[in-house]
Amino acid sequence: MKFIEEYRHAEGALRYANAIHKIATRPWTVMEICGGQTHAIVKFGLDELLPKTITLVHGPGCPVCVTPLELIDKALAIASFPGVIFCSFGDMLRVPGSQADLFSVKARGGDVRIVYSPLDALGIAEANPGKQVVFFAVGFETTAPANAMAVFQAKKKKIHNFSILVSHVLVPPAIEAILSSPQNRVQAFLAAGHVCTIMGYEEYDPIAERYAVPIVVTGFEPLDILQGILMCVRQLEKGEHRVENQYARSVRRQGNPMARSLIQEVFRVVARKWRGIGEIPKSGLALTAEYAEFDAETRFGVQEIHAEESPECISGLVLQGLKKPYECAAFGVRCTPDRPLGATMVSSEGACAAYYRYRKGARGVASSAQGEVPHS
Amino acid sequence: MKPLPEFSISCPLPISDGERILLAHGGGGKMMQQLIATVFRPALDGGNLEVQHDGAVLPLESSRLAFTTDSYVVHPLFFPGGNIGTLAIYGTVNDLAMCGAVPLYLSAGFILEEGTEMDVLRRVVESMRQAADACSVQLVTGDTKVVDKGKGDGIFITTAGIGVVKHSLKIHPKSIRAGDKILLNGDLGRHGIAIMAQREGLAFEGAIESDAAPLSEPVQKLLNAGIRIHCLRDLTRGGLASALNEIVSVSGLDIHVREKTIPVCEPVKGACEILGLDPLYVANEGRFITIVPAEDADRALSVLRTHPLGREASLIGEVKPASTGWVTMTNAIGTNRILDLLSGEQLPRIC
Repeated sequence: MKFIEEYRHAEGALRYANAIHKIATRPWTVMEICGGQTHAIVKFGLDELLPKTITLVHGPGCPVCVTPLELIDKALAIASFPGVIFCSFGDMLRVPGSQADLFSVKARGGDVRIVYSPLDALGIAEANPGKQVVFFAVGFETTAPANAMAVFQAKKKKIHNFSILVSHVLVPPAIEAILSSPQNRVQAFLAAGHVCTIMGYEEYDPIAERYAVPIVVTGFEPLDILQGILMCVRQLEKGEHRVENQYARSVRRQGNPMARSLIQEVFRVVARKWRGIGEIPKSGLALTAEYAEFDAETRFGVQEIHAEESPECISGLVLQGLKKPYECAAFGVRCTPDRPLGATMVSSEGACAAYYRYRKGARGVASSAQGEVPHS
Repeated sequence: MKPLPEFSISCPLPISDGERILLAHGGGGKMMQQLIATVFRPALDGGNLEVQHDGAVLPLESSRLAFTTDSYVVHPLFFPGGNIGTLAIYGTVNDLAMCGAVPLYLSAGFILEEGTEMDVLRRVVESMRQAADACSVQLVTGDTKVVDKGKGDGIFITTAGIGVVKHSLKIHPKSIRAGDKILLNGDLGRHGIAIMAQREGLAFEGAIESDAAPLSEPVQKLLNAGIRIHCLRDLTRGGLASALNEIVSVSGLDIHVREKTIPVCEPVKGACEILGLDPLYVANEGRFITIVPAEDADRALSVLRTHPLGREASLIGEVKPASTGWVTMTNAIGTNRILDLLSGEQLPRIC
């Protein structure tokens, strides 16, 4: 398939892996920011191809995982109101709140629908003027333009029965939070390619400079990720710290100016809570005063809902790269995709779910399966 | 009534009492008699349909029978490549085929929702007849109930089937042995993606049609060629990965497959990439795996490839000695991963 198989073949993967083996002389720890990258690394077993001295840690870039528990509870409360059609991307439906998930609200008669775009939700609002239609606007900078467009259109078309429950978070403040933690062990970052497709990568220059870390904007296919790691290791070995762009087929330095201006028009930067991590200043988006009427939290009066995370779940440490999923006592025992304690076990992009699905524990597949094991 | 081309031959009589299903159509009275006489009987009666008695009395020549039942609640009722009627025939025929049986007789139970258009029912029933003809099975008995509007989803169908077993093999997951080879008859994911595209109004470049098809012929070809089949499994809900996991959990042996040998067509690949789905877990309605002793594998593959439903057949992996209890796969890039059972249905990802 065009633009997929070219980035998924064994020869290319081994070429990059060999190049990394050749230049890596010391142990290095590299964090991939995005959950999509985590998923690909574990699914394709990319870490098996790397030298033992290179540790990959999985970052906080899974929107499902970092959406705070209380926001899920707010979603559940709103979806349970009579006369509400609650629309969401599919993978939010299974995320457990304090008591239930959106699937169980649906089973009890709530009108919960999976949509593929916030504009579909807007269409549902137009077609159902007697109902309140709410879209769960979750995600990083990647999903922000489409959510902004839905609200922008709602205002323009005067669709007053539409609102969004906003849980938008931003990547650069999360990277800064990780780097400024005294326990930090991350020495280089693979920045999230799709986020940078929207935002560009100018805002990463000061971070690379201030914390002396290489940051490589990286795509999501196996060859993208291996090349991104190679670029990081090359800089680390030379003692450099620059922002580089591996994902040039999609990312421009300025990003997508139209998308950025739409985000600026509809959203403002605010402090946001991250599940398992806590509040990070200037790390999220909320609607500007001009679009405040489309804020579902105020429309349904759910601002005061608060919730406590499971004390046993270490997803916060996993999301900051301080622990691996299998270092949690509950992993695979009291916490599985069927009965998740925290969101990192729910989303297919969550580090815990990815390890459970493809690794089933600390034992790597390659060492235990009977199949061919690649030699690099 | 607009005569439908596929219907005009077998049902010349337009129904006289309205164009929608009414509760009275399930009431056991005249309306029901009329429904049977004008919709079900003309389409489905191949000579043995017993509509005037409580059951059918059938001649059978074999002492070994296969018997199965399945219910069909697919939404939407019509999709590219088929409809609920074709699925209700092929699905049950395929369950019999997976026992290595020659399917002979089917029953069909209909649960109709009040208000369903008569025309819709006619088209479904007519495609059931065509599907039954295509796999040489006869519908011999049936039942109809009508539920209040809002308590069904148009049409639900339950079919049961009887087939005769002419071989003496024990085709079962417990019969597989370490070293056995796993063959797949064609590319994966068409049915699930066709349904999802239709249901969600997604348009993909290049229409994706369901692969719904009867599998008894290719299976009989293998048996007639003397292939010592250890296990057969159709790859419906949960797709290839779930089927392999079920076999591992029953047999206690491990399974290893190679991604490069598993065909997935370009439009399905593309749709799966966009939606964040894994084609190995997407449903099929015309795909199955055959597990055979290594010595029979090459011959089985060439036999399969002589049938239209096996033209793309490929050897995708093998059974391994009991070790981890996992299904593993060598990825396209040469590394390995576990193919686990999903905890629920696959959900489209955010980004």
